[in-house]
Order: sequence, then structure tokens, then C-alpha cells
Amino acid sequence: MEEEATKYIWEGAIPLQIKLHESEITSFPPPPPLMILGLRIGYLPLLVPPLKAHFSSTLPPGTDNVWFDYKGLPLKWYIPTGVLFDLLCAEPERPWNLTVHFRGSPGDVLTPCEGEESVKWSYINSLKEAAYVINGNCKNVMNMSQADQYDLWQSLLKGNMEGYLKISSRLKLGPFGEDSLPSEASETVASSRPSRIPVRLYVRSVGEEIVDIEDAPIIDSWDKISYINRPFEIYKEEGGYVSLKQALKSLLPETFNTNSSQEESGTNVKDPNAPDFEDDNAKLRLVRVQGIEPDMDIPFFWLANCLRNPEFYLHICVFISKQPKLR
Amino acid sequence: MRGVCTRSGSLSAADFYASAIYFSQRWNETNSDFPNWVWIPCSRLGAISEDEGYLVLEKIKLQTERNDSNLELNNCDSCANDELTDEATLVDVHSHDAHLYDLHIAYSFTYKVPVLYFRGYKSDGCHLSLDEIKEELPSHSVEILQKSKWTFMTQEEHPYLNTPWYTLHPCGTGDWMKLLLSSTSYGDKASLIQYLPAWLSVIGQTVGLRVPLELYSPS
Repeated sequence: MEEEATKYIWEGAIPLQIKLHESEITSFPPPPPLMILGLRIGYLPLLVPPLKAHFSSTLPPGTDNVWFDYKGLPLKWYIPTGVLFDLLCAEPERPWNLTVHFRGSPGDVLTPCEGEESVKWSYINSLKEAAYVINGNCKNVMNMSQADQYDLWQSLLKGNMEGYLKISSRLKLGPFGEDSLPSEASETVASSRPSRIPVRLYVRSVGEEIVDIEDAPIIDSWDKISYINRPFEIYKEEGGYVSLKQALKSLLPETFNTNSSQEESGTNVKDPNAPDFEDDNAKLRLVRVQGIEPDMDIPFFWLANCLRNPEFYLHICVFISKQPKLR
Repeated sequence: MRGVCTRSGSLSAADFYASAIYFSQRWNETNSDFPNWVWIPCSRLGAISEDEGYLVLEKIKLQTERNDSNLELNNCDSCANDELTDEATLVDVHSHDAHLYDLHIAYSFTYKVPVLYFRGYKSDGCHLSLDEIKEELPSHSVEILQKSKWTFMTQEEHPYLNTPWYTLHPCGTGDWMKLLLSSTSYGDKASLIQYLPAWLSVIGQTVGLRVPLELYSPS
């Protein structure tokens, strides 16, 4: 089942229709947009070679500084394409209409991208971070040979799942959960260490008055989205299984609790005997992972094992409605 | 459960908050030359967190080779700085040339350690590029930067503001903090509150932030 899921993830792609920004068109008639598939697990800057080939004859002179926007919102290039699509298109748009720019990257709002190298290192750093979450150290990633690192990256670039799995399986980073392999010997007392799953949450708020989530207004600023890069933690002795709903509530306590108890351990609520929360402050409208809206009762570890990205992160898009607070 | 941290070199989010408050108070008490560190609580979808946030120190000058001599000139009435060979250092420190920096300290939930984010500005408000910042960094940092372009100091997105900041990668922090804390004679609880001052004593050197010694004596 997990192998099927992995295949599904790797084969997932978003049909894109990418046009060149009008300020950079120097020819008449203007070039048509490029229709291209963007791998869900890929990143937009990796599409630059075919884009450059398609648009180069019309570009004004100058050095390339590529960036993308969706309806005016500059796109964060280090977020996988599938996640951007799930997050920004409340109603899935097919094809997804994007604009590419080759000049004038908005450096004060968007971290500059120097092409494939930037994307590769952002990916490796995420992999390192995931390894740290899972094992308590990133030795296995740091100790990868140059050849392995190269092959791993090339496999991701080309969508070569078998090639990728051959190398990534040696990193011993999965599977998550009860059946997870014990980590390398660590300095801390093993039994008191929680299991940790690398999770990246993207939360957007939708007005209560919006009945159909697909009518949610277009995002015009990243300030409207909360990005939460925080591992999900659970202590083994708590037993049972954690549902997706419980995992989300544990990761977003301030969103779900009106009387959030200020646990000393921070934001992870670890009491399995606590009564099920009443969503009196926020309402979950939609949860999307790899384009799927999973059942909220699905076992979280199983979901993470099936739907995680190649860098071992589970990216979850969450749409919530907040009730206006009564004063 | 408060993190047991001197053994691993890391600390829990709650302990980070406690140490941050302690540290900023001590700094503000002992360091009248510098602006104060301020705790900014994080605000997520309208809810302001009680204990999650980050420390900021803004519009400061770093102790760089460039500025060092300027500071001496400014503070020392009767000095004759024969060692000065660089014309630029003769410029008054209040001139338009002064570069200012914002430093932010946030908590990494992955690595369970503090992380430094910083940006530099020219006097006209323009952000400094990495090359311009490199000119002002202590030389050992520049050496490391030459060797590891992508894994030491890079531009990343600030965890709370949607803008790019320079940051020092935190994956090694736990290891050297473990060494640093184990060499002190503090008990566990005392170590945790001193975590940030101890951490900054090392990180500060990477960017040229001078930490006054009085900060480390008991209040």
C-alpha cells in the first residue's frame, strides 16, 4: 500500500500554463504561454530550462533573475509545487495559470533564487532537518557521499522514483510510527524520547461567511498564511493511535483552544485522556495533503508514511474559519 | 516537562522563553550603550501567543574592523591612532557611512535551540548584500563562508515575518552548547536560564556582536 502511495506521489503533477510577464515581452505577436507539467514534489525554478528555451527570443537584454507569481502573489520557490497549488487554489484550477518573470525579483519579500543550486541546497537542508527530527541528529545526511548526494538530487529532478528510493532507503529515515526502527544511539535516555514526525503546516483563514471553500478570496499576501514548521511529537507510553484531527489540534493549539492551558512543554498537547476538543474558536474547513482531502480519523502515522514528500516532510494545507471573538 | 538540556545542549520552547526574558533584562541593565533587546510575541491568525515569539535588537552597529577604529576615535578623547592605515576609518562614526544591523533570535522547534537571524542596512535604508556583509564579518566567519557557501550562513525566510533574512544554520548548535554548558559549574536549572547568554557569547563572535562581561555576573 505504501509503495503504491509513493508511486502516486511521484507521478502526481500539476498542469501549468505559464505566461511571460507583459513587461518583459519585446516581440510582436507576444509568445504563447508554455503548457508544462509541474511535478507535485518538484519546485518551480526547476522549470526554468524549458521556460528559458520557450521565451528567450522575446526577453529584454539583461541577466536572468527568475521568479513566479500567481495572480500577483510572488511564489515562494522553496515550497513544493503541489503544496503551492493545494494552498493557493482553493478551487483547483486546471491548468494552473502562472506568470514567470526573468527580471526584477522582489528581493525584499522573496528570498532570491540562484537557480538549481539554490533549490538543491534548500532541499538538502530540509532533508537534514527531517533527519534531525526523526533521529535526533543529521549524521546520516551529512555523511552522504558526494556521489550519493548528486544521484539523489538528479533522481528528484528527473522524477526517477526507483533511483531515489535506492539511495534514500540507506538513510534509514522511515517508516514513522510504532514500527519505526530505533534510532542510532543517542546521548539522551531513549525511552523518554518522543517519536517525532517532520511536518510543515500552511494555514489559511477563510471568512465564516464563505459557505463554499472554493469561493475563498485569492491570497494577495503571504501575511495571510501561517507557516508552521514544527515536528509532531508523541510519547510512546501514550499508546493508541493518533488521528489526523488530533495531530492537527496538537500542532495548532492556539487556534483550537479558547482556554489554552499553558503547558510548560510548549505547544504540543500530550494528554490522551483529555476530552475531545470543542472547536469553539476555529472551525476546520478543509485539509489537503498531496491534493487529497483525507478523512480526519485517518491514523496520522500511516498518513505521514504514505503521503510525505521525498525529503521526508509531510506538508499539510489547512483552511480554517475563525469566529470573530466576542468582547 | 521541562527539557533536560545540559546533556543534549538543547532546550524546550518554554525554557527558551524564560531564558530570553532573563537575558533581555540583564542586557538592558548592564548595557546602556546599546538599544534594548525586546521580546516580540508571535501572532498567528489573530491569536497572540503568551510564550512563543522572538527577541529583537534593532539598528545597532556591529563590532567590525571597520567600526572598531571609529568607535575608538569617538570614545577616546586623546587618542592618536597611529595604527590606522585605512582612510575609511577616519570617517566619523555618525557619518552617513555607518551600517546598521537588526538581530533577531528565534527558537527552532526542530533543533530545539535558538537561531540568529540578521539583516544589515546602509544609512539610506537599503539592505546590505551578502558581499557587503562579508566585508564587515569577523575574518574567521568569512573563511567558513568561503568553504561552505550553502550550509553555514544563508538567506532564509524569517520564521515569523515573510521576508528573507540571513541566518546561521543551527544543526551544530546543540553539540557545542553541550560542551559549553558541561564546562560550567551551574546546576541544571541555573544552566537553562543562562542558556541564551552562553549561546550568544559564541554566536555573537560570529557576527561581531560585543556582549558585555557584566551580563555574565550574577544580578
